[in-house]
Amino acid sequence: MSFEVDVSIRRGQRIIAARIASSESLVALFGPSGAGKTSILEAIGGLLRPENGRIAIAGQVLFDSASRIALPPEKRACGYVFQDGRLFPHLRVRDNLLYGWKLASPDRRWLTLEVAMEFLGIAHLLDRMPHTLSGGEAQRVAIGRALLSGPRFLLMDEPLSSLDSARRHEIMRLIERIRDEMDIPILYVSHDRSEVERLASTVIEVD
Amino acid sequence: MTPISPSEWAVVALSLKVSCVAIVIMLPVSFGLAWLLERTRMPGKVLLDAFVHLPLVLPPVVTGWLLLLAFGSNGPAGRFLADTMGITLMFRWTGAALAAAVMALPLMVRAIRLSLGGVDRKLEAAARTLGASPWRTFTSITLPLAMPGVLAAVVLGFARSIGEFGATITFVSNVPGETRTLPLAIYTALQVPGGEGIVTRLALISVALSLAALVMSEWLVRRGRTGGGGHVL
Repeated sequence: MSFEVDVSIRRGQRIIAARIASSESLVALFGPSGAGKTSILEAIGGLLRPENGRIAIAGQVLFDSASRIALPPEKRACGYVFQDGRLFPHLRVRDNLLYGWKLASPDRRWLTLEVAMEFLGIAHLLDRMPHTLSGGEAQRVAIGRALLSGPRFLLMDEPLSSLDSARRHEIMRLIERIRDEMDIPILYVSHDRSEVERLASTVIEVD
Repeated sequence: MTPISPSEWAVVALSLKVSCVAIVIMLPVSFGLAWLLERTRMPGKVLLDAFVHLPLVLPPVVTGWLLLLAFGSNGPAGRFLADTMGITLMFRWTGAALAAAVMALPLMVRAIRLSLGGVDRKLEAAARTLGASPWRTFTSITLPLAMPGVLAAVVLGFARSIGEFGATITFVSNVPGETRTLPLAIYTALQVPGGEGIVTRLALISVALSLAALVMSEWLVRRGRTGGGGHVL
């Protein structure tokens, strides 16, 4: 099973209940803005602690309130691609890309900088500072940074939402290639129905 | 104008020593306080905040008097330092450094706190998901991004220390070679007929030191700045 998630998350007065069970390589969470999709991703990434429940991805338990397991985010080996990119503004593209790679133990790295650069088409950007990148370039670097950190699964939080339609198309194709060529489970969040229908065979609606 | 005399150079050297020691001591203290005030939700934060700001709002003479009560030979802190470590601050340059440090504290805490508040917590979260421990996140993300504020704190604190007068003269008096820093030496020279030459020279040195600190901080920030933004003052 790629994804086994059954948690309830408190957000202010609201309780968000999330249940995901799938063996697909790409599962999409779909729903309107404010439905709590991002909270679910944050809970899986370890950035937010659920009230209770259990999270296991690709056979590893990340959170289990019954047996008091709650791995900190740095122990979860998730490649998190944020909606807003979140490149480190004080580091060049190269150091952004290698940030997680350097922290990962050598046996966990399954991608090299050269391969990632080639795959994402970002070789010419290595010495640039993040604020000089276009939206599409920044999102490629963010995806590369996540892939290079040696993740066991990917969490993608609306990675296309801040892009114009031409860039969207580009990054979408990239994500399809990651899905088809790399052996890594992906949890993909979007509020755009055409996006999730194109990418995922399993769509879970959050409302 | 006559050149600067050795005794005047000694005043400058003493001032630099007092201010540098004050800043070196206060930098970790003010960073810790700024962190407590900005990043934690501890009880009594309002009180701590007010306490840190006291030297900024109290008359410096009152701060000096309070230091005298606490660190004087009969004060609790003064007696503790003398009994345990054999340190006396009275009439010593170390006391002048303490006075300068206390007066610089609120400015330093404010500058660091402001820059810590400006660090995007989302970037720290991103670093954690990439495998960075909380400490690693602090050293590789938070601290570099807060660096302009830390430099600003050093410059502001240094400028405040170099100019410190009231608390120093109240706490450790005006002892030549020990506590007579630039402002105290200028004040002393003003009381002496014919001291205008000394006053002018020392005043010019004060101006030069303050300007040099400002220019250096701008340079450091510019050198350290890689992204956009980041003003020192």
